[in-house]
Amino acid sequence: MANIDSPLPGVFYRRPAPDKDEYVREGDSVEEGQTIGLIEVMKSFTELKATASGTLKEFLVDNEAEVSVGQTVAVLE
Amino acid sequence: MSSVKVHNGGLSTTVQDLGRTGLYAIGMPPSGAMDQYSFRVANLLVGNEESAAALEATYIGPTLEFTDERVIAVTGGDAAATLNDETVPMWTSVPVKAGDVLSFGMIATGARPYIAISGGVDVPEYLGSRSTYTLIGLGGHEGRKLADGDVLALGEAGAAPSNGALPADLAPQFGTDVEVRAVVGLCSYRLTEEALASFLNTPWRITKDADRVGYRLRGGTLDFVEREQPFGAGSDPANVVDLGYPLGSVQVPGGDEPIVLLGDAVTGGGYVTIATVISADRDIFGQARSGDVVHFREVGIEEALDARREQQRRLDRVREALS
Repeated sequence: MANIDSPLPGVFYRRPAPDKDEYVREGDSVEEGQTIGLIEVMKSFTELKATASGTLKEFLVDNEAEVSVGQTVAVLE
Repeated sequence: MSSVKVHNGGLSTTVQDLGRTGLYAIGMPPSGAMDQYSFRVANLLVGNEESAAALEATYIGPTLEFTDERVIAVTGGDAAATLNDETVPMWTSVPVKAGDVLSFGMIATGARPYIAISGGVDVPEYLGSRSTYTLIGLGGHEGRKLADGDVLALGEAGAAPSNGALPADLAPQFGTDVEVRAVVGLCSYRLTEEALASFLNTPWRITKDADRVGYRLRGGTLDFVEREQPFGAGSDPANVVDLGYPLGSVQVPGGDEPIVLLGDAVTGGGYVTIATVISADRDIFGQARSGDVVHFREVGIEEALDARREQQRRLDRVREALS
């Protein structure tokens, strides 16, 4: 089990753009360093990356919801 | 070689000094450190003039490699700074040598760490300042935030206080629910009495749109007094005839999203401007994050000036402690 925490406050997005598919769905396998979402703050978008390889078990933050620094966005197993 | 290698620029790290002051009337905001107190302390800790150029990071700090012997100090927001993987004490002068690498982790308190290096960052002055104004790309290092692979020249280092540390009682505390003092005025006549009271009683939340230009807040709706649209003003109730926006002024486009203008402020325009954060409290925004809560407390000019004098006395104590 590993958590993916946000290093930034801002707004979390599951997709690279509104008309694109989600980066990852729950149950997908991910590689360490793979982008799983974006955090928007100060008009810039920062990629949120998987901290380990495994299966993305669950997103704890909804698409377009606010996140704070250190908040767990997703859980890997 | 006297330089700093930028391995990673972090989220938004810029070269800043005390600001490009004196040009506001022609539309040039001062830029400069968003938290001037932490910035000055950083320079004092490394034996620099308080006005020397240093680095301002935002949320995610940079990774920097030093190429000669220097003294550095990290102040402001606490982002778990390490030197070659060892913890760097905040608010303290720390000697570094060639090959040492300064990195940052997740930010724990505040929003903006400052990194001062003895000798200062030697970028060219533009209009009397080394501050970066990224919006139009001038000053600092090529007018922009630092990028991976940048190399920053350093000035000649003077004598730094060895192992200087700021007395604990002079280190600011950064909360996530803060009160700032503001002088109500300019266009506050456009608000209904209830709306002005509501402005002062609402816990405002800082949105994601909070940067060096301004901090946009959300949390309530302010109603305007009915009026006949004056000549020269826009049709929206939040429009007035253009005016200069003071630094720290609070404008309310639409009535529901107050914006506090900061170092890279828009210097004028036609939005109703209902209050001005006092200069002594602007630093608070420099360390406030998206998601934090802000309360405004109304003060008069006398109290604002007292607060500025109090801040000066605090800085005098820092100068004394570190000299």
